[in-house]
Amino acid sequence: MSDLPKARIATASLAGCFGCHMAILDIDERLIDLMQLVDVDRSPLTDKKRFTTRCDIGIIEGGCCNEENVHVLHDFRRNCDVLIALGQCAIMGGLPAMRNAIMHSDAPLRECLEEAYITGKYIRNTTHNVPNDPALPLLLDEVYPCSEVVEIDYQIPGCAPGGDIIFDTLSKLLTGKFRGFEREMIKFD
Amino acid sequence: MSGTKKETGFTFTIDGVEITAYAGETIMEAADEAGVYIPRLCDHEGLRHQGSCRVCTVKAGGRSVAACTQPAAPGQAVENESPHLTKMRRDLVEMLFHEGNHLCPICEASGNCELQAMAYRLDMTETTRFPYLEPCRALDASHPDIALDTNRCISCGRCIRASEDVDGKGVFGYVGRGIHRRVAVNGENLADTDAQVTDHAISSEVCPVGCIIRKRVGFVTPIGEREFDKGLIGHEIEARRK
Repeated sequence: MSDLPKARIATASLAGCFGCHMAILDIDERLIDLMQLVDVDRSPLTDKKRFTTRCDIGIIEGGCCNEENVHVLHDFRRNCDVLIALGQCAIMGGLPAMRNAIMHSDAPLRECLEEAYITGKYIRNTTHNVPNDPALPLLLDEVYPCSEVVEIDYQIPGCAPGGDIIFDTLSKLLTGKFRGFEREMIKFD
Repeated sequence: MSGTKKETGFTFTIDGVEITAYAGETIMEAADEAGVYIPRLCDHEGLRHQGSCRVCTVKAGGRSVAACTQPAAPGQAVENESPHLTKMRRDLVEMLFHEGNHLCPICEASGNCELQAMAYRLDMTETTRFPYLEPCRALDASHPDIALDTNRCISCGRCIRASEDVDGKGVFGYVGRGIHRRVAVNGENLADTDAQVTDHAISSEVCPVGCIIRKRVGFVTPIGEREFDKGLIGHEIEARRK
């Protein structure tokens, strides 16, 4: 195995809670085996903000809730041969997507922001404004799953996915042996 | 019927496995007894068959039929676990996910949910081709002991049949037509009905998803230790197979 050139991996967290990145660490000591096979390029784990080279695998946590998420996702699609959606938020929007429909409103985003910053019972916001600094990425009308924005090659389900399914899928993909998940490993929670 | 069982027994096959059935039995009833699992959502033991979710669709004599309502026929060759049928079932389940708001990570039924368990069994892990409809649906927490989160309702009608036939109440019923058909309560909200937490319709086994919620017991069993964390849906039926 060691004579093979190492695969390059990149990761990003979009509209997620970073739980899926924490779950990558749940691979535990097998990370040492995994690191024999891969180098990590752009990722919060390396703190590299840009791609230094084209990558073999891109791993995306979270869906797209703002403009910046869409830019990052497009950048990953352009620079990665295989793109993996990791966890329910990346797969179907997850918790952030609750704002799309669960509130009974014609303008769910506005209602969400107003309740969060202005009308909510326990809010102490002296400006009485929704944050609107130009540096803040523009929120999208809805939260979108990654697959609605770019083509996604594989999805690893879970909230967060267990260390086992992440390790198993990555090591099989890296050795060309991935043929789908063991049914017992599929979990949406 | 049970008195005449012995005289009228006959055989048919499911995926080449010989199954014994008795007059009046559906394909699914005979399959369950023989330990062959046919996926289903709207059908539930002890409730009358409805045949509406179509997840139990099998091919019998070249036709697609609902195994829960189609009577077994002597000598019939039934197709159950073919790639074609599995794909069709997976698409049906996926569409049910997309038609409502099924957010497993926030749902207290996660792990006990038959819709979710069916998705596991049918390998629903590929990138979806269907749009999310994300409807606005009501949450009815008016009742002191019961809540209804209709975001999760799949309109299987199990609560309707349980309430009518077992409880003799008729708390639930269908309203609307086509894609607008929904399960509704017989009153302004649930608190106006005679629903009680002890009703069969409210019991954990009747609602296949997390729509009917018994208050204050949601997380008695933690996530990860629930029914379908222990085994795939249908494994109890498959265990009967000799």
